[in-house]
Amino acid sequence: MAAIFLEIPWAVVLILLPLSGAMACFLWPAVAKSVGLVTVSMLALSVAGLVWQVMEYGVYRHAVGGWGAPLGIDLYADGLSLLMLAMTALVGLAVSIYATGYFEQPHAARFWPLWLLLLAALNALFLAADIFNLYVTLELMGLAAVALSALSGSRDALGGAMRYLLATLLGSLAYLFGVALLYHGFGSVDMAILGQRLEATPIVWAALALMTTGLALKTALFPFHFWLPPAHASAPAPVSAVLSALVVKASFYILLRLWLEIFGPLGVEGVETLLGLLGAAAVLWGSVQALRQTRLKLLVAYSTVAQIGYLFLAFPLAAGSGITAWNAVAYLALSHALAKAAMFLVAGNLLRFGGHDRIADLDRVVQRLPLTVTAFALAGVSIMGLPPSGGFIGKWLLLEAALQQGRWDLAVVMMLGGLLAAGYVFKVLGFAFTQAGVPHESKTVPASMEWAALLLAVAAIVLGFLAAPLLALVGIGAPFGISEVAP
Amino acid sequence: MSTAFFYALVGVGLFCLGLYTLIVQAHLLRKILAFNVMGSGVFLVLVALAKRTEDALPDPVPHAMVITGIVVAVSATALALTLMLKLAKETGKAELAGEGEE
Repeated sequence: MAAIFLEIPWAVVLILLPLSGAMACFLWPAVAKSVGLVTVSMLALSVAGLVWQVMEYGVYRHAVGGWGAPLGIDLYADGLSLLMLAMTALVGLAVSIYATGYFEQPHAARFWPLWLLLLAALNALFLAADIFNLYVTLELMGLAAVALSALSGSRDALGGAMRYLLATLLGSLAYLFGVALLYHGFGSVDMAILGQRLEATPIVWAALALMTTGLALKTALFPFHFWLPPAHASAPAPVSAVLSALVVKASFYILLRLWLEIFGPLGVEGVETLLGLLGAAAVLWGSVQALRQTRLKLLVAYSTVAQIGYLFLAFPLAAGSGITAWNAVAYLALSHALAKAAMFLVAGNLLRFGGHDRIADLDRVVQRLPLTVTAFALAGVSIMGLPPSGGFIGKWLLLEAALQQGRWDLAVVMMLGGLLAAGYVFKVLGFAFTQAGVPHESKTVPASMEWAALLLAVAAIVLGFLAAPLLALVGIGAPFGISEVAP
Repeated sequence: MSTAFFYALVGVGLFCLGLYTLIVQAHLLRKILAFNVMGSGVFLVLVALAKRTEDALPDPVPHAMVITGIVVAVSATALALTLMLKLAKETGKAELAGEGEE
């Protein structure tokens, strides 16, 4: 039995299952909800299967249709891919549970096919081994994400979605231009082959500039973050959660992969310093903006801009401390995904409950929605980086990398970012305890919506206790290279 | 200068022209058209550079990439046009409102 389980090509299942699920949801909208839930649960099992397979046999490579690397499409899974796939499955499961309570027909019939298509694109992206396939999955993901964010059809949502579409298309085109240049220069799109063949030529610098800019735009790195707050704040709550938790991480994942496999070894300190500077600016600017917001969803969206900044702080540190900085990034990405998804789901609950998301008018929600406010507080602990939580481990590793190299400037930015995060989290919690000036008529929030948010927030905290096994999992196939500096 | 290189330069030119229009023009239809021009620029670069030397046969892989790219571009354009029409119906004009023009 176990042998059969180990032989199933889980990586292929991870892509085909949500695709067929999406088609089924589209064709039979009446049963979309149940088909969607079944598909997402099976996806979580498939990720577990793939993790088991990789732990048993090592790094996984599958040539689709039997065509090998130079011509065909390869699927590839190492520790980093597994981490991202597991993150997608976990957030996906919680968001799906939430969505069963959130969406009524006819919106449900539109949500489920798009959501499963988005999951298929994300899974394919995390399994892609070549830069052209990454482009295709990036576009699939972008189009599904834009359509999802326009779901409510309101004026704000349409405007936000349009802005998002323009940003995401521009980013992908710049990336594709880079792919064209790299293919011309080195005759392959496979990342491993490119990594071996690459030399520092003008073509590589042009490709590096185009791809990094395009992906930074899609990841909403400061100052390219202009599209993120309107799109994320005006989308329905489960969609905001997925956009903030998974979609921006996906384009960051591509940038990280490019860096690790292709551009990093070339020694591009100037670009690394620039990315670090923009990251630091994002941490400070995003946090200050978050603190100034009066609406909860915008606050959470600006907090995403800030937390993305942390991921980029690792680039200037990686050369000196190698694996510690990248481990920090992996941990931060995962814990931010869980905590931020929880926060957006909480915002959705409060919006449903009071009919608004003005922070100052939260009316004693702590007594009336205790689970939801607990979820917000726990997610806030991880976002602030307080122990014990996933966010703490990630920020601790990053701080360690900075201090090892005497980068006090970056360390100060990290500390300030944490303090500002505490500011905006407590701002919300403070109003949750007080009575609002004008009482509102309140609606009931389905239990599934409250528990889904709490599940994610608890997971973000539990991550704080799983550092050793998780970092061992990420290390499979040594995606971050072999560390010369002992951690 | 070989013919292939000339076409590649034209591709770069189209890309820059599209980018300029995308930033300068406010009307969404123009922005969407600008994307298509930019995309054509990239495709032209891919097709042109497939011929590596003067007498060699062109490499077919970039051509396959361009076909995939065209499919992506068509779907993206369809989505963009739909969004634009909905937005125009909702707000009365096919432009993005507010601060921070794209």
